[in-house]
Amino acid sequence: MTTFPIEKIRADFPILKQKIRNKPLVYLDNAATCQKPQVVIDSISHLYMHEYANVHRGVHTLSMKATDRYEGAREKVKDFINASSTKEIIFVRGATEAINLIASTFAKANINKGDEILITAMEHHSNIVPWQMFCEQTGAVLKVAPINLQGELIYEQFEKLISDKTKLVSVVHMSNALGTINPVKKIIAAAKAKNIPVLLDGAQAIPHMSVDVQQLDCDFYVFSGHKLYAPAGIGVLYGKQALLEAMPPYQGGGDMIRKVTFEETEYNTLPYKFEAGTPSIADVVGLGAAIDYLVEIGMDNIAAYEAELLDYATEKASKIEGLRIIGEAKEKGAILSFVLDKIHPHDIGTMLDSLGIAIRAGHHCAMPVMDFFEVPATARASFAMYNTKEEIDVLMSGIEQLIEVFG
Amino acid sequence: MFDDLRDLYQEVIFDHNRNPRNFRVMENADRKVEGFNPLCGDRLTLFLKMNGDEIVDASFQGSGCAISTASVSLMTEIVKGKTEAEADALFKQFHEMTTGKEDNIDLEAIGKLAVLAGVREYPARVKCATLAWHTLDAALKNEANSISTE
Repeated sequence: MTTFPIEKIRADFPILKQKIRNKPLVYLDNAATCQKPQVVIDSISHLYMHEYANVHRGVHTLSMKATDRYEGAREKVKDFINASSTKEIIFVRGATEAINLIASTFAKANINKGDEILITAMEHHSNIVPWQMFCEQTGAVLKVAPINLQGELIYEQFEKLISDKTKLVSVVHMSNALGTINPVKKIIAAAKAKNIPVLLDGAQAIPHMSVDVQQLDCDFYVFSGHKLYAPAGIGVLYGKQALLEAMPPYQGGGDMIRKVTFEETEYNTLPYKFEAGTPSIADVVGLGAAIDYLVEIGMDNIAAYEAELLDYATEKASKIEGLRIIGEAKEKGAILSFVLDKIHPHDIGTMLDSLGIAIRAGHHCAMPVMDFFEVPATARASFAMYNTKEEIDVLMSGIEQLIEVFG
Repeated sequence: MFDDLRDLYQEVIFDHNRNPRNFRVMENADRKVEGFNPLCGDRLTLFLKMNGDEIVDASFQGSGCAISTASVSLMTEIVKGKTEAEADALFKQFHEMTTGKEDNIDLEAIGKLAVLAGVREYPARVKCATLAWHTLDAALKNEANSISTE
């Protein structure tokens, strides 16, 4: 794609200009977290330098300015994922906290002993462990839909696992370990046919594609800011308004109440009911700035550019003898997980680092996925919109060199 | 090529990674302990044959990175014929070499293990080198975690 403004985009990310071990940085660990553009960094310092105070409280000018920025960011998130109201946008620390929030409020109120929660075999630990903890406390049962050797959900098996006892379907939109994009429309339709609510873990999907929660018709959608070019420590829980209204609050404290006496407390309206305490104001503002930046580039343009990167990387990697790609789904985002014959991913990681290349080596918080593919770990190159084919060439040449050294 | 890594990946390490020594199941082991590094998935089983407090044989099975494989391979070589106290002293020396101050190391005692000193500069890889020794430490100290074939 000749129109994608890659040079301008790269120039927007100050960290990419540096050298690592005397080599130009090639940052390919974007699935773990991605780097921040200058506009995001500036938005945070601008707030602290000129507009910072606590939100929703003071009648003074700074508090009103900070509140405007904070609520303005909520508006941007709402538009970005096409929610129908800002009441449906809850700020949390990240996707992990969002899932835990749903487990300790929605699930607690609606899922009982013997009921089932259905996930897939490719979930991140953050969409496994909260449900295991919940099941342990309540006697609910966690069901896991299997995947095939390409790393795709076996949809027929998934469908069979939906039963009258299923009270929640919670699946990853795009797998962080494999890159697989799940057939979420089909999944949601199947669950809706039985009136089962669906939670999508969008932590990995959100920086790579347009997400329209109304079109998807999911009940909950969660994601983290730090994978979306925004600060770490901020994330979003989207929930349909009716569901959120009916849910008990998450944490108690300031801002989530309307009226407090020692006898009883009346909770605040949405979205504040779920935002107890002073929020991470500057990070929310940073998230808003990241969204403005992405909207200007266009998520569909980003998706198309990254698809080209992935195709290029996959083709190059396939030609390397002894390299096995882990995760070969037909529908896949820009993640290349791989193993090399007789060379452990940690050795790959250290060797590539000495060439200035940052990849992830490990289990990617998805140990069950590693077990399924019978590998202790994988090496993972994950791409963002600021990566280039030249960087993929550097990666592939690095892999070839280290294979030679290990002999 | 990879000049910066020469201190970390010395030829001895590649050699032990390609051809690990004492890489076998020991049928008549007196101690058998599993070592696991959940962070990177390295997994090894260490077997010891004891005569009183002397380690008369040591072997291992498992999979790990080059650093961890070389470390356990070298360890099984060096601890053979050592008493428990001598092995423990080596463990402390090794720990010092990979995490502590350079001055405190008895280079003569540490012998070939010195090839692993390079991990000191790579905090993320220290655990790869020390897994073997922590497993040995468990085998020597914590009998509850070891099994006896007798």
